[in-house]
Amino acid sequence: MSELQPPGTMAVALMIARKDLAIEYRTRSAFFSSLVFSLLGVSIFYMVWDPTAVRPIDMAPGVLWTIFAFAGMLGLHRAFGLELQTRAMDGLLLAPVPREAIFLGKALSNLVYVSAVLAVTIPAVVLFYNLEFGSGLLILGGIGILAAVGLVTVGTLFSSMTVHTRFAELLLPMLALPFFIPVVVPAAQASAKLLVGAELRTVMPWIQVLVAFDLMFGVACVLAFPFTIED
Amino acid sequence: MPIFDWLLAVAVVALAAVMARAIWFTPPEALQGEAQKIFYLHVPSAVVGLYLACPLVAIGGAMYLWLRDDRLDRLAESSAEVALVFLSIVLVTGPLWGKPIWGTWWTWDARLTSTLFLWFILLGYTVLRGAIEDRQQRARYSAVLGILASLLVPFIHLSVRLFRTMHPQPIVLAPEKPKLSAEMGLTLSLAFIAFTLLFIALLRGRLKYAALRDRVEALEAGDA
Repeated sequence: MSELQPPGTMAVALMIARKDLAIEYRTRSAFFSSLVFSLLGVSIFYMVWDPTAVRPIDMAPGVLWTIFAFAGMLGLHRAFGLELQTRAMDGLLLAPVPREAIFLGKALSNLVYVSAVLAVTIPAVVLFYNLEFGSGLLILGGIGILAAVGLVTVGTLFSSMTVHTRFAELLLPMLALPFFIPVVVPAAQASAKLLVGAELRTVMPWIQVLVAFDLMFGVACVLAFPFTIED
Repeated sequence: MPIFDWLLAVAVVALAAVMARAIWFTPPEALQGEAQKIFYLHVPSAVVGLYLACPLVAIGGAMYLWLRDDRLDRLAESSAEVALVFLSIVLVTGPLWGKPIWGTWWTWDARLTSTLFLWFILLGYTVLRGAIEDRQQRARYSAVLGILASLLVPFIHLSVRLFRTMHPQPIVLAPEKPKLSAEMGLTLSLAFIAFTLLFIALLRGRLKYAALRDRVEALEAGDA
């Protein structure tokens, strides 16, 4: 009998994420464009400032997280854009699975994608901006995960809406960027403190904002998602 | 079909009367001088825009998702546009007041930043509405955006509050802070009434327009 049981929400989410990542792995188009975009951004930001006036160590956190938000957004459109071709979304919606699972799957594949971009961008910033990170790098990684979760939950929800609109690629940043403020600002402020060797204790308020944002918008977006795909 | 909107006419006359009272018949503030008069325009538009119009966008959206009544979507849509007008007044008069008093047009403190981003979101909200053809889809998407935005504003406020803040604390509703003089208080109260009237008149006009537009659309769809 167990074969006839429908798979659980998490199992479906993992299946959808795996499908998306398999497509991405075979084409690698979105990942590489985001990666090149973020490396270009990091180097251009370095050149537009006078390094004798502004120390690279003061610039680096802001650059890192601004580029992260923009590069992340570049790829967010892909998750639902994929399903538009040959009306694959209809098939997904016809499947007897909870709608929340579709959202979680898409968010999960976006999370892997954004984290992969971040995993290259952080070392690139450390390298180009000559940063000395001790044990702070580990905490920075943690902040990166918290920030990526926040960016991806809100971004996935908005991309599921904008994909059905005219000028989708323009509308997504317009809607999503204000929502990235409570992600980018705490991440940048916390990394700036870590860079000058501050204790974890002193950046806790910023980390708390990130955690609160992730929890609040995680729940809100899962609840709101079914309303965006009704037909 | 009469075009004349008596409520809007009353609101505009009331607004003009209050501004005349504020400029000529209310004493100037001791430290800020005449520059403080912009207070009677800035504060009521901020209060009406932020605490009356903006919540209606989120509440209208949430109620729409629950009851699926087109009137609620029209309420959210109209409130968003009127809120955009009031917040634009706030964002224009704020720097005009800030320059002579603070010595700077703009400062990134919590209130200014939240208001600015709320304005951006309202702008995005109206653009989103314009980008969707299907009426139900438009209503659902904008409701979702309205609800999420109401969750976002406290976060933006908090993110910036962790820095030092420069904007004066509210002096009207804070009991232990210095109070406004009786004459200034009366002018401000009258300004609140005038701006609330203006808000109701604009919202009513915008709701009428939306209802007529939807009826025209329904009729055209029926003919086709």
